[in-house]
Amino acid sequence: MDTSRSYLEPSSFSKKLAATIIIIYTVITLIPISWMVMTSFKNVNSAISYPPEVLFEPSLEGYVNLFTNRSRQSQEYLDSLPAPETWYEELVRSREMVITGPSKFLGRYSNSMIIGFGSTFASVFLGALAAYAFSRFRVPLKDDLLFFILSTRMFPPIAVAVPIFIMYRKLGLGDTHLGMIILYTVVNLSLAVWLLKGFMDEIPKEYEEAAMIDGYSRLQAFFKVVLPQAMTGIAATAIFCMIFSWNEYAFAVLLTQFNAQTAPPFIPTIIGEGGLDWPAIGAGTTLFLLPVMIFTIILRKHLLRGITFGAVRK
Amino acid sequence: MSKIKIVNLQKSFGDFTAVKNSNLTINDKEFFVLLGPSGCGKTTTLRMIAGLELPTSGEIYLGDEEVGMLRASERDIAFVFQLFALYPHMNVKNNLSFPLKMQGYSRSEIKTRVEEAAKLLRIDHILNSNISSLSGGDRQRVALGRALVRRPKAFLMDEPLGTLDAEFRELMCLELKKLHMDIGATTVYVTHDQLEAMSLADRIAVMDGGEILQADEPSVIYNKPATKFVASFIGSPGMNFISIDQGISNEQSTLNIEGTNFNIPKQYEISKGKKNSFGIRPENLSLTNEDGLKGSVFGVEYLGSRKIVTVKTNFGEIKVKTDISTSVKINENVQVKPSNDNIIIFDGETDKSLKSEFMN
Repeated sequence: MDTSRSYLEPSSFSKKLAATIIIIYTVITLIPISWMVMTSFKNVNSAISYPPEVLFEPSLEGYVNLFTNRSRQSQEYLDSLPAPETWYEELVRSREMVITGPSKFLGRYSNSMIIGFGSTFASVFLGALAAYAFSRFRVPLKDDLLFFILSTRMFPPIAVAVPIFIMYRKLGLGDTHLGMIILYTVVNLSLAVWLLKGFMDEIPKEYEEAAMIDGYSRLQAFFKVVLPQAMTGIAATAIFCMIFSWNEYAFAVLLTQFNAQTAPPFIPTIIGEGGLDWPAIGAGTTLFLLPVMIFTIILRKHLLRGITFGAVRK
Repeated sequence: MSKIKIVNLQKSFGDFTAVKNSNLTINDKEFFVLLGPSGCGKTTTLRMIAGLELPTSGEIYLGDEEVGMLRASERDIAFVFQLFALYPHMNVKNNLSFPLKMQGYSRSEIKTRVEEAAKLLRIDHILNSNISSLSGGDRQRVALGRALVRRPKAFLMDEPLGTLDAEFRELMCLELKKLHMDIGATTVYVTHDQLEAMSLADRIAVMDGGEILQADEPSVIYNKPATKFVASFIGSPGMNFISIDQGISNEQSTLNIEGTNFNIPKQYEISKGKKNSFGIRPENLSLTNEDGLKGSVFGVEYLGSRKIVTVKTNFGEIKVKTDISTSVKINENVQVKPSNDNIIIFDGETDKSLKSEFMN
């Protein structure tokens, strides 16, 4: 029997085994997410029915409740109102309620966007500059500085919550977008510097030297030649930073209330009449999931594409 | 195009002096090669001319302008890297036009220049290809093209053929030489390969330990080396050295080694000490039965048209380049004798060659 096979090419059995394990893992991981998405399309009653309904009539009630504030009214009052003008008013009326205004969700959601993308951009931008400097120049005390940067992540960030709370109050940064962007950037920066330095070290310095000889300043060479080469690292770093600042809960609860409150502390406060409004919470978390998912999918091609392949002979 | 002049150039990295007090003049339109073993300072010298390193002291003139402390981008020179350093995120055309974009040329001018360079280097058919799909030779041509489009004051090349296969290197060597003749650009070329240097250079500077030992035409470097290092580094195999425990006086024209008198070119210089070396290239030696240095055959190498016979003598191994018809056996007793007056005496204290009738 011929038992010889390539070391590079796994056998068809191990490929099948790997595929099976991945499929099982994917299914397990997707169950809570699909549960969440399903809940968001149920109505208040079917969301809590037991045994749980897998097949149900989809409803947008969760999303309507998420975006509106409502108040319960008597049947006489509802009858005295003119006929509802929109489908969502009709939906709310059928629950013996009227819409009193838009909810805070959209504002919280856009706060999350501003703070999430803002701090991700700042972390990656500052991180790339610092990583480049550490990678290319003779920085005095380089190793000590790098260790100091790393050491800022040696304790959980929330351990310094109290001093930060006091500092932010004195500086007037509490409950502001800028304050939250600064805070998340500070937390993410050490990760960004270390991750990106690794990628920068891999880029031969000949590239920017060539660009500088071609008439570009070092900064121009950095933007035109080094950054495109570091795209893989930048994409990976951006995803990590985005996930952290998008999900962050503890500081958001502590430091924001009105102006700059992000979605994570807001979503659990969606409480309906007589109990938690599960479809609305499902709708909120589903919408909350989307940006990070889209962001990751967009950047994924940079993670996979070996753009520096073959450009330099080694 | 410009002439390049370096004056008292020095570069230190901490305690280490990479380039010591160097002086060179590279003429306009000259193909100049910096040759030396790795770590001799040739690349550092080139990088200082390019502006990629700043000199610790000394001056660099490009044309009439002193550029020593200017940034690389302000010097108007082109640099071809050993690893090509083509921008991998751009295709061939964009790599070629990248230097021109910075200088604010119009689109049509850029297009003309890129096409001109591409035609000259025969890469016009791959202008839209990705860098990663190119062969080593084509990458080298693109790298040259990127240097060409700028029409810079000088071309600096850091072992540009170092990564190519031997066969291909020869071809690119010819192409480079032809290219240089076509455009007549001042070129400074760094290599550790003496054959490359010999075949390309109008003039060669041999460097070792951060010092320029000799800068001259290839034939002068080969035949009249200024120092013992130059003599041993150039030539394959290098020059033979026979240690002699005697001083050299002015007008001396014979030398007695092991009881045999050898004629040497009339000497014009007195040696500093009593320990000197007698240098002779393998092709200027012949095997005889009498009047030579006694030894026995240690090895025979066939080079196709010639043979190299290594003879073990009391002065160490001596290599003799002989005719292919010479037949000697291993361990056979032979004698080695100069066949012409192509002999150089090196001063034992300075390692420099002494002036003589031959060396003047």
